[in-house]
Amino acid sequence: MPSEISVPIEREHDIVTARQAGRELAAALGFSSTDQTLLATAISEIARNIVTYAGKGTIAVGRVDRDGRAGVVVIARDDGPGITDIELAMRDGYSTGKSLGVGLPGTRRLVDEFELVSAPGAGTTVTLKKWLR
Amino acid sequence: MSVPILKQGDVLIASIQAALSDRDLVELRDEIAGRIGRLRARGVIIDLTALDVLDSFATRTIRDIACTARLRGARSVVVGIQPDVAFAMVQLGLSLDGVATALDLEEGLALLGTRQGSRAVGN
Repeated sequence: MPSEISVPIEREHDIVTARQAGRELAAALGFSSTDQTLLATAISEIARNIVTYAGKGTIAVGRVDRDGRAGVVVIARDDGPGITDIELAMRDGYSTGKSLGVGLPGTRRLVDEFELVSAPGAGTTVTLKKWLR
Repeated sequence: MSVPILKQGDVLIASIQAALSDRDLVELRDEIAGRIGRLRARGVIIDLTALDVLDSFATRTIRDIACTARLRGARSVVVGIQPDVAFAMVQLGLSLDGVATALDLEEGLALLGTRQGSRAVGN
């Protein structure tokens, strides 16, 4: 994956850095301003999950191409406690942290593809993709 | 990066200039709560015109600012949420229920019913 940027997420200010990196790449690929904002907001949410639940992790932002279409892929990784019940975590209105309970299900609505891999004690990886339209 | 808070008449105006970190927002909440008392403000305007992302934490903190201000005797109006930001908030499932909103600073001041509302520069 060319031009991948990896942002360490350790403090809450890193959330801003990560979402700006995503917005800049989306802008460079020609995403509409609305899609840039949707992507930046999605990155903000998953970055916040890392800070809140895992303490630290990384967010990698890169370009992805499929069937002649360009897109942005965002991979958020942490070695935190992981998610015990993924189905529950993906339910609207559910939250164990100090959020509004929109986190993961809300984030999924902002992007085209959303994948969550997690297990208790094994950390969490969230992969988002948004395609240029 | 702290948020400048201006006073116009009996209204405090906090214009958020750039991407704020969580800590900046929490500081803003505490600062507004304190200044309402010190400056005897009756209204608070939170201007989000320059903000490019409002995620769940930021939304909750803005709501907290408005609720805290109300408990301190001041009405709040959130102004300047950009179209893209509003759309992203709706997709994410966020709202500012119970918080007054207006298109821009001028409309916000009008909503608060201040005499300074129609003037660009107050005394």
